[in-house]
Amino acid sequence: MTNFLKSNGVVMLIFATVVLTAPIWLAPIGASYPDLLQKFAIFGIFAIGFNILFGLTGYLSFGHATFLGVGSYTAVWAFKLLSMNVIPAILLGTAMSGVFALAIGYLSLQRSGIYFSILTLAFAQMSYSLAYSVLTPITNGETGLQLSQQDPRIIDGLFGVPVEAGLPSTHLFNISMSGLSGFYFCAVILIIAFYVSLKIFRSPFGLKLRAIKSNQTRMKYTGFNTRPYLLSSFVISGMYAGLAGSLMAVTDPLAGAERMQWTASGEVVLMTILGGAGTLVGPLLGATLIKYFENIFSALNLSELHKIFDGLPDTLENIVVAIINPFVGEGWHLMLGALFMIIVIFLPGGIMEGVSRAFKWIKRILGFDKKQPVVTSNVTPKGEEK
Amino acid sequence: MSYILDIDGVNKTFGGLQALNDVNLKIEKGETHAIIGPNGAGKSTLLNCCIGRLIPDTGSVTFNGKNMIGMNAHDINHAGMVRVFQTPEIFPDLNLLQNVMIPALAKREGTFSFNPFKTLAKEKEIHEEAMATLADFSLDTFHDKLASSISRGDKRRLELAMGLIQHPALLLLDEPTAGMARHDTNRTIDLLKSEKMSSMTKVIIEHDMHVVFSLADRISVLARGHIIATGTPDEIKNDPKVKEAYLGEGDDDE
Repeated sequence: MTNFLKSNGVVMLIFATVVLTAPIWLAPIGASYPDLLQKFAIFGIFAIGFNILFGLTGYLSFGHATFLGVGSYTAVWAFKLLSMNVIPAILLGTAMSGVFALAIGYLSLQRSGIYFSILTLAFAQMSYSLAYSVLTPITNGETGLQLSQQDPRIIDGLFGVPVEAGLPSTHLFNISMSGLSGFYFCAVILIIAFYVSLKIFRSPFGLKLRAIKSNQTRMKYTGFNTRPYLLSSFVISGMYAGLAGSLMAVTDPLAGAERMQWTASGEVVLMTILGGAGTLVGPLLGATLIKYFENIFSALNLSELHKIFDGLPDTLENIVVAIINPFVGEGWHLMLGALFMIIVIFLPGGIMEGVSRAFKWIKRILGFDKKQPVVTSNVTPKGEEK
Repeated sequence: MSYILDIDGVNKTFGGLQALNDVNLKIEKGETHAIIGPNGAGKSTLLNCCIGRLIPDTGSVTFNGKNMIGMNAHDINHAGMVRVFQTPEIFPDLNLLQNVMIPALAKREGTFSFNPFKTLAKEKEIHEEAMATLADFSLDTFHDKLASSISRGDKRRLELAMGLIQHPALLLLDEPTAGMARHDTNRTIDLLKSEKMSSMTKVIIEHDMHVVFSLADRISVLARGHIIATGTPDEIKNDPKVKEAYLGEGDDDE
């Protein structure tokens, strides 16, 4: 099984199949409508990118929503100025957040540990206030940046795309980006993003990032200049966030400052830790789970709870509903918090640790677990001869 | 110049404490040079001044004709001076093979190289070299174990392997056998005397006189931040100043 997963081809085949068939196998749990599927893919990309920084190097950024916002604003501007085709929008969105990540990363990486986290948080809050008020001409402040009929759209103009009544919609060479086709576009980008992350994980570069997390001082005395490694990883993860942000604009072409708020930065931290920081698929699982809960539990209300627990005797039903009610609807964050606490306390490695424990348990039950002989160097004959 | 490392007039004070007082030390190419001295004599401070962890107040450290003072730790490593630490400085979350591959990669790639699309599993040369080095230290049979899970003696040997794989021009060893059982100590001595390592220039800080007299070509004695004697093991054994400052104080000489 593990040898089997060493081949990139096999991993990608499984991953692509699972992602592309998501609308089918997510249907029974009520998660197969396009809006939610798009969110799964977009936040999956965000979390996979965040994991390249946090999971590999251990540097905890509390400001990655900045890059999400920059990606969204840039994409919307690309729709306004250039074309309603999504290709220029996502390329520019990713590139622009890369530039921002380079500047913010360079400054924040002057420090490590908690000081690094605080610096990224400070930069994110600065970006948020800039977007919210100071840079209103660019970001349209509180209202958010929107499309309008009067936008120039230079490239579309050159190709003689007719100006229709009403707001134009985003498209990929005339394939509409709403509904299921929008999801499939995001899914393909997610698969590419996952492939890049897989390559990084299995490269010497990825090994060095993990070594920095393990013992940075030792890395320096081993002859590596750690700063450029950290900065590259910061910029790569910032570009993932920018890509996710521009995909948000692709599926819904508007951008607001709230996307940059610290709660959004915190959310991606939760997703990564919940799924398993430093694992390949963990962050994606975390992102999916959180977005699923957000949609399912925030939609529940008192009468629906009564319907669910209808089978119970009346008094018991009332008690159960009274206990659960504060955790759903408006209060779904309570549910998320409780879940997060349970995972961090019992499974510090996130869902992925749970999965690997379950695998070991099943192996033991089925008797596949061959006890490995305990080897230490002290008993090897080679050592004794000398 | 036949001296590979030239420490000239180095002074270092911490607050009111003079940790190093006009230290002069010349290390010849190919020799194994032991630095001994009572606790607090300034041995570790001296090593730290060599590898850039500390900057001396005055004096110079010249390695292969180049001034080392003010250089970054990673540049000093690439200049060819590599240090093995007293408390094992390894990568606890990586396995033994990866621990040894990292310094091999550093040797090949320099201080920074951006190659996120290379495949680690295809680095056959580095892989083989790392396995061979682990085998030299009898660590190859459990190369896929996490470095945090192995015994302290194995950790010390792993660190030696990490230093050796870089083929440094000068290896600085800070108490390579501290805290080891006699059995492990003897194995480490054998390793350091082995063909692969005997031609390498080494500076060893050590408390264990058994280790010092089995390995050193020359010995320097550091007391209260000052080098009071340098010479062959026999000269040092018979030096009255040394006896007074160090050997006479206790029964360290086993």
